[in-house]
Amino acid sequence: MIYWQLFLAFFIPNIIGYGGGPAIIPLIEAEVVGRYGWMGAQEFAETLALGNALPSPIATKMAGYVGYDVAGIGGAAVAVFATVVPSLLLMLGALGLLYRYRESPRVKRMSQWVRPVIAVMMAWLSWSFFSEGLSGAGLIHTLLIGIVAAIALLRFRVHPAFVVMAALIYGGLFLG
Amino acid sequence: MSASQRRLFWAFLRIGLFGFGGGPSMIPLIRAEVVSRHGWLDDDEFADILAIANTLPGPIATKMPGYIGYRVGGIAGCLTAVIAVIGPTIVAMIALLGLFSRYRDVTWIQGMGQGVVPVVMVMMAQLTWDFWQKSRLTLGWLVSLALATCAGGLIYWLGVHPGWIIGAVLITALLRPTPRAVKGVAR
Repeated sequence: MIYWQLFLAFFIPNIIGYGGGPAIIPLIEAEVVGRYGWMGAQEFAETLALGNALPSPIATKMAGYVGYDVAGIGGAAVAVFATVVPSLLLMLGALGLLYRYRESPRVKRMSQWVRPVIAVMMAWLSWSFFSEGLSGAGLIHTLLIGIVAAIALLRFRVHPAFVVMAALIYGGLFLG
Repeated sequence: MSASQRRLFWAFLRIGLFGFGGGPSMIPLIRAEVVSRHGWLDDDEFADILAIANTLPGPIATKMPGYIGYRVGGIAGCLTAVIAVIGPTIVAMIALLGLFSRYRDVTWIQGMGQGVVPVVMVMMAQLTWDFWQKSRLTLGWLVSLALATCAGGLIYWLGVHPGWIIGAVLITALLRPTPRAVKGVAR
């Protein structure tokens, strides 16, 4: 039962998630935090932070950790399987068909039209991290860390891994 | 493990370990290994396969290795390439977060967890902006805003599962006749 839920929780976001890895994040959050309640916003944020600090695709890292957290190694295997295998099988199985339609405007339209929906879900998720910050770190720390992180990431193009590490150190010293 | 499997493994291990910033940012790395270094595909083939992978949902950074691995080394090659790309960091995630949640009761560990939330908030806000900008440039701000508002209202106000909404958008995009939409893009 838990394996079936894990399968669905990662199969659905990945089969509708057009537009690459990051587009899948709010969809996974809707399942993992919203629907099944396996994690709170804080824990999801921690997972996402570490996921962003490590290399390789974000979707499989999220799947691996959430699956493991919920149901051990078997859970990790099911969640990663649901993330990787369906679209890969489609690609291997329907290559000829897909080749014909690879420049089709309809297919291009699919990822274009999904984008605003993903954008609004991402905005909602940013907001929920903000309110999580308020109840955890408090307004002043949230704003301070947020502003410094934004300047470092956007203005000085500091690598996300260093920003996450700095926030961990700051949190360990001044919060909690 | 045969020589070609070993080459596949190392090539995709490097891609996985140096590919920071999620799937799309890994494409140039995949190209460097697969086209320039090993010559498994030529430039045109790589472009075609990338275009095909983009017609399907799901992470790009597993579809490409899976397909290229299959071309080079069959089913075993497919498994080798996918595991080499995603395996090491999944293990690292589980080890690091497992350690972290074991000591969740320690106050300074809690503080670390709280300190990282605003950073993720900023990253998510940046992604929101990227997606909004891309959407505004392809669809125009009026259509983007209308779609976003409708979707937001349905999901967060009426509690509709996002899968239904995205599913409906995808089916409409696929089935609706194209000529007017093409003109709209050209304009």
